Parts: sequence; C-alpha cells; structure tokens
Amino acid sequence: MKKYTTVGKSEKKIDSLSLATGESKFVDDFEMKNELYCKLVYSPHAFAEILDIDDSKALAIEGVVDVLHYKNVKHILHTTAGQGFPEPSPYDCTIFENIVRFVGDRVAMVIAENREIAHMAVKLLDVKYKILEPLFDPEKAMDPGAPQIHDSSRFTPIGVKYEPERNLAAEVEIGFGDIQKGKEESDFIIDETYNAHYGQHCTIEPHSVKSYFDEMGRLVLLSSTQVPFHVRRIVAQACDYPLSKIRVIKPRIGGGFGSKQEVFLEQLAALTTIKHKRPARLVISREEVFQSSRTRHPIRVNLKMGAKNNGEITFLEMDSLLNSGAYGSHALTVLSNCGSKVLPLFNKIENLHFIGRSVYTNLPVGGAYRGYGATQGYFALNQHLDILTRKLNVDLPDFIKKNHIQVGETSQVFEALGEGRDGVTQLVNSCQLDECIDICIKEIDWYKKHDKKITNGDKVRGVGLAVSMQGSAIPLIDMAAAYIKMNEDGSFNMNIGATDIGTGSDTILAQIAAEVLNVPLEKMIVYSSDTDRTPFDVGAYASSTTYLSGRAVKKCANKIKDQILGVAAEIMESSLEDLSLESSKVIDRKQNKSASYYDICNYSLYTKDQFQIQAEASEIVEQSPPPFMAQATEVEVDTKTGEVKVLEFVSAVDCGQAINPQLAEGQVEGATVNGISYAMTEEYIFSDKGNLLNKGFRSYKISTAADIPKMKTFIVESHEESGPFGAKSVSEIGINGPLPAIANAIYDAIGVRMYGAPFTAEKVYRAMQAQKIE
Amino acid sequence: MEKQLNINGKIAKVTFTPEELLLYTLRQNGFTEVKSGCKEGECGACLVLLNGKPVNSCLMFTASVLEEDKLLTVKGIGDLHEPHVIQEAFVDSGAVQCGFCTPGIVLASYALLQENPTPTEEEVKKAMDGNLCRCTGYVKIIEAVQLAAKRLQTK
Ligand code: FES
Ligand code: FES
Repeated sequence: MKKYTTVGKSEKKIDSLSLATGESKFVDDFEMKNELYCKLVYSPHAFAEILDIDDSKALAIEGVVDVLHYKNVKHILHTTAGQGFPEPSPYDCTIFENIVRFVGDRVAMVIAENREIAHMAVKLLDVKYKILEPLFDPEKAMDPGAPQIHDSSRFTPIGVKYEPERNLAAEVEIGFGDIQKGKEESDFIIDETYNAHYGQHCTIEPHSVKSYFDEMGRLVLLSSTQVPFHVRRIVAQACDYPLSKIRVIKPRIGGGFGSKQEVFLEQLAALTTIKHKRPARLVISREEVFQSSRTRHPIRVNLKMGAKNNGEITFLEMDSLLNSGAYGSHALTVLSNCGSKVLPLFNKIENLHFIGRSVYTNLPVGGAYRGYGATQGYFALNQHLDILTRKLNVDLPDFIKKNHIQVGETSQVFEALGEGRDGVTQLVNSCQLDECIDICIKEIDWYKKHDKKITNGDKVRGVGLAVSMQGSAIPLIDMAAAYIKMNEDGSFNMNIGATDIGTGSDTILAQIAAEVLNVPLEKMIVYSSDTDRTPFDVGAYASSTTYLSGRAVKKCANKIKDQILGVAAEIMESSLEDLSLESSKVIDRKQNKSASYYDICNYSLYTKDQFQIQAEASEIVEQSPPPFMAQATEVEVDTKTGEVKVLEFVSAVDCGQAINPQLAEGQVEGATVNGISYAMTEEYIFSDKGNLLNKGFRSYKISTAADIPKMKTFIVESHEESGPFGAKSVSEIGINGPLPAIANAIYDAIGVRMYGAPFTAEKVYRAMQAQKIE
Repeated sequence: MEKQLNINGKIAKVTFTPEELLLYTLRQNGFTEVKSGCKEGECGACLVLLNGKPVNSCLMFTASVLEEDKLLTVKGIGDLHEPHVIQEAFVDSGAVQCGFCTPGIVLASYALLQENPTPTEEEVKKAMDGNLCRCTGYVKIIEAVQLAAKRLQTK
C-alpha cells in the first residue's frame, strides 16, 4: 500500500485547542445588541383543535413585543426534515397551525425583551382547545375509524405513496425470488417480532439559533445545524423570503447525531427578525429538546426466516412498522434504510421480501438519528441470526462469515431500495468483516465463554455478537463542493460546505488536501459551512462527509496541484513529466532543480501572466460503499434481580483507510457508548395521555464515564478504491451493534430473549418471570 | 444587585437580579466558556471551580457567591497561547469532539488532579460522573486525564 504523509496519521483536531481553552464560540456565545428573547409555547394535549388564542393579556405586559401563532403567521406547508431537494419527507407542517398533534407540539411563540418577561408572558396566553381523540398505538393507526391525524391537503413533493387518510406517512416494498417456494423448502421457520424504542440524541448543546440583519440588510442566521444549505432553502420557503437575502452560518456546534438535521427553529428566529428588525435568540431548554425536538423512530420489526437443517436460509420476510409520531420527518427514508442498510449484508438469500410502513401517531416526532433505521433493523436481524444458529446448532461467527456479502458481490437490494427512489447498483469493493469478527471473537474470548453460562452465585455471564454495515453518502443524490486558493507562503485557504459538527471533518478534509498538495496540515486554513462564503454541500448526514466531501476536496486539490506544476514548469523551464511535489516544493528530477511554493505563488501573483492559483470542484458519487463492523460484548446478569451489567465491549470496524485513526476511533467509541446507553437505560416513558414523563437527564439516564464498560476499539484498515485515499465513512455504524450484541449476550447468560429494550433490571426480571410461567 | 467577583484572578463587576443563577451572570458578563446544557445540575457543562471545588453554576445563585470567593473558568487555567497541561492532553488524546462538554470536563479534571495527582482509572471515572459527554464515549477523556497526570508528574 502507498505510504502517505498526512493521511493515516492521528493529526490533532484543528479546532480542539480552541475548544479546550473555551475560545471557540457556539451559537449562544455570540453577543447581540438589543436581542429579542423568543420562547415557545407548547400543547398540553396530544391531539386538539385550537379554537382560539387570546394573546391580549400577554401583550399587555411591558416588554412583550409580540406573540406569533396561527392567526398571524402565514401557512406554508413544508417539511422540517433537512434533506436534499425535493425532500423525500411529506410536506405536513406549517410554522403554526390550529391543530396540535402531540404533547409538545408548538402553539405559539412569545417574543420579549428578556427571559423573565417571556416566561411570565407564556403563562398569560389564553388558548382554547377542543380536545380530539388521540392515536397512540402505531399498530392501530391504519385501522378503519382510527383518528386521522393529517388531512388530505398534505402531500409529498416527490410523489411517493402517501395516504394521510389512513395515517400512512410512507410505504416501501421490495421483493425477489419466490417466498412461497422458500417456505416450502424450509425445514423450519423462525418468526419473531422485535421492538426498537424511542431514543433522544442528547447533544449536550441544545438546539440554538440567532438571527439578525447585517449592515447590508441581509438576514443572517447563526445556527447549530448539520445542514446550513438546507436551512437556507427551507427558511426561504417557510417564511416566503428571498433565498438571496439569507445567509446561514454554522459556528462550532455541540454535537448533532442527526438531531440538528432538522430545521424547526430557524424559521421562527428568522420571522422574528424580519418582522421586528431586531436580532432574535431562540435556544430551547433540555426539556423542550426531549419533548419537542426529534427522536429515534421506534420501529417494530417482524422477521420470518426459513432454513433447511443444513443451514441454508430459504427465505426472509421483513415487515417493519415505523412510528413516525405526529409529523413525517424522515418517515420514508429511515424506513427504507431499515431494509436497505440491513438486508444486503446477507445477500445470498434468494427469496426476500421487505414491506415497511410509517404511520402517524400523536406522539413525539421521529427524525434522523445516527444509524438511521439500520440500528432498528439490526436489533432484529442480529438476534434472529442468534436464534437461527442456536437452532441449527452451528457457530454464529462462522455462520455469519459464510453468509455475509463479500468483495466483488452485490445485492439486489442496493438497486431496488434507494432514498425515496430506486437505489443504485453497486459492487462491494472492500470488506474486512471476517477480520473484524475474528478480532471480536478473540478479544471477548468467545469460545471459552459462549454457551458456558459462567456462574458466580446469582450472577451468570454471557457473550453476544452483532455485525452491521452502513453506507457512505447517498449515491447520485448528495453533492459536495470545495474551493481552494494558494497564498504566498505556501499556505492554502480551503472553503468547504461540509459541516463539522464535532466529528472533526474540518480536520480530516484538510488532511486530504494536505496530502495531495504535500504540505503539513497547518498550511491548510479551513473555513466551512457558511452559505455566503463556502460552496454547497448537503451537510453532515448519511455518513457522507469523509467519502463524498473528501472526494470533492481531493479533486479540488488535484486541480491546484496541476496549476502549481504548471507555474513551476514555467519558472524552471521544465517539462511537466519531470516534475513532482515534495514537501512544499516542486522538484525537477531531470535538471536537479526545485521551486518552492513560496517562489511559485509569488511568481503567479506578482511576476508574469499573473493569476490566482485557485480551483473549485464538485462531486457526486455513484455508490455508497459500506463500512463494516463486528461488535461483541460480555455481560453479567443477576438472576435474582434481573440487573444486567455490561462488562466489556469490543468493536472492530472496516472503514477503508482511516484518514485520522484517532478521530475514527473517537467516532466508533462515541457511537458505541451511545448505543450501549440506548440499550441499557434510555427510554421514553409516556402517561396514558401521551405526555412524556421523563424530560430531563435525571429521569432519562444516559451513560456517564462511571457507567462505561471496558472498551476496546479496533480499526481494521482496507482500501476502498472509490474513496479518497481509500477511505469510507465511519460516524454512524458503531451505534448498530450494542442493542443486539447485548441482547444476544443476555440470552447466552440466562436463556431469555429480549425482544424490546432498554434492558433494565425490571424488564429483564419480567422477561425471566414470563419465561418461567411458560 | 451589584457585586465584585473574583473570576480567573481578576475582579469583575457584575450586576444581577436577586434570584439569578451564577450560570447566567457569568455568561452575560462575557464568560461564555461556561456552557449551558441542562440547567438542572445534571450535565456539568456549566461547571466552574469555586475556591478550587467543582460546582455546577446552574445550581447556584450569584447572590450566594461571596466577594472573597475565587471563581475559575476554563479560561482561567490556560489559554490558546499558553494552554494548561490538561488542555493539551485533551487535544493530544483526541478527547475533544464537539467540545461543548470540554470546559466543564477540563475543570473537573483540574480539580481532581489538584487533589489526587495520580488517580486510577476508576477514580477518574468517578470524578467525571457529573459530566455528560455524548460524543466521545469517555474513553479518550479518561486517557487524557491520565496523560495529563503523567505529564504533570514529570514536569
Ligand atoms: S447546565 Fe448546569 S449541570 Fe447542566
Ligand atoms: S465532546 Fe461533544 S459532548 Fe463531549
């Protein structure tokens, strides 16, 4: 393999010292003079019609500037899903409406001089509701006579199946081969249903936006967003305001994980500034984040899998029911990914059927969340494989190795299932899943521990394994662009639309350019995510940045390289084929001469035929090469109480060439702990009226340092031919394994199957009791 | 109300309302390195050191801080030009992803290492228990604190 100078090195994340010293600014750290304080008012009812809003008492308070609600804000149907255009999500919301569809749906927004006044005014708003019968059970959403949550005025801009009359927000179906034939050939069939539950991203920075008019009268939005360009477009649409007058800037942002791919606050701040010609601040509280922002979609997955006694899988049917909550944000694409990121992994199954439906309920709204449907799908599939191999009495790791997709192979699913349209045909070019599995098995000591039920008093240990794949960008849909120019001292400005949300993408994209240009990393000056100053990029989602934006950067840097070589040839009177780049110089091997970047840039700027060495490049991708991963865990279950302790967790990932191994590991570790936390403690608990009861970190428990098990992370390098320097993306995949690996380990320990999570002592205890009764 | 507070070794004159939280007072007076993640004492993003002890500034009234008290934010232990060993260790270990939790966690580490210069992994985990980080999975944060401890020892 080729040796790189910067790529493959754990360079320091370029913004990390600024962050560690508290210099970096997040949205709410920008001081605005004369700023208006915005505070949202939410529905206490799961489903109701607003008969009237009387804001006179609130407006009578000194310091209350305005109250926005359905009576005074234009109704423009749009989606809050920050996706490419036209969005694959239904246009089913307006900024304010006279119907509220979940506890926490927005009713109005108070605009005041300061926090105290705004909080006072909120209580004085007089809202008259007519309560409607709510719908909470997704299984009943499509029943005749079920409450209808959205009327027929709603539609999907891409014209896919969408039937609000039946609460159907999305439907996908694909099939190959002959299921009936598969059934007939089966010696047995395993039919089980798994429930992946609600979860919240819990970025430590809550969603924040500030807006103001700049000195030219253009509207500037500082937003904690993953998708600045989609924000600009959606705000223009929802506020009916010219796109050309909007500038969106993403400063440092405090984590995203999908939650900040949602455009639901920016339009409100924008409206405030447009109407009152003053800066506005809208930062939601932790409670609001839990209740009113976005969540992981709960998905009920039914799997039917037939097999012969010799281990051959005869058919697979997947039936997924996604609870979209009150709005259909990402309802189609998360649903599709529950199949498209999961089913291709076992591509040898000839008879395959996938049906998925997303339905509306009067519960909190789902959205993009790291793993994006794959997490939910893999919870089911990995447990199903565990059940199957136990029944066949074969080794799970071995079985997976024999059946998973290999280099040079494809899956029909890739082609059949895209994001709101057909997918693309693609071959797998790189896959080190076998090695990932081997590492996990070795590290967890599988053969000494699996099926051994190592017991110590009331405590029994077990081990579990899970595998998964994800993708790298959305092929033929996502686009990224980059711009680079050269400075006299051999440094380069690189402006990119790509959005660093804490992942380190500014750093790894700079590494890619530095590698091409043969300069140390500090010579790259990165500026990203500003709709006025940087070229377009879809943003940080779908594991797209390393692969897609990385390719755009590489292409752009290559154009700069050509220009540098051209100038060097002129200076040294060399012929191009004798020239090569070497540490900020161009070398002419034949003449044994060199020209430094200093000479080259100064020549181009000041000496002859002057021009700026600069280039831009755009990139779309034709495939979405999957990273692969194996994850294994050892747990200890207290058979008296049901308490589960995760003792050790091993992850091994194939993400192609890791551009920056330390940052890649960080992505895997973060995703893994997030997944463990989701599996063990995180849960949305609702009252019977649909009110979320645990809206804070005290009651919605996420992992702390003290909770984490012994963690081991391995980067298994491969070379993805189509990726920049062989790279694939890595940010999402780590969250797919914990849920099923832990469930499989619990089964290994106590022989009890956990079809739902989190695996709290209470739930495990109950499952143990239920099994005893059976 | 008005008061002089000793923040990062300098006297700052602040105005505040009687029930104002220290978090707000600090942020409104330009100490925006003190972050707000939950305002319920659960995330540690707002952590500052009060006479060397970690406190969540969202749980404290400004009125209860005495003029002789010494407050320290993350900027008080080192800056971009002269970073503290702990801040550098966080950078070198890859312990900073989004960095929103970092000011609080760096200060919690600082307090720990003042008290216990050679903490075990378990002691580090325990000292961090009040600080949430959703990005890193804590692995590299724990490594960073241990690296800082080592560097401080050999300094
Ligand atoms: S903001 Fe103070 S602990 Fe979270
Ligand atoms: S680095 Fe993002 S929350 Fe800790």
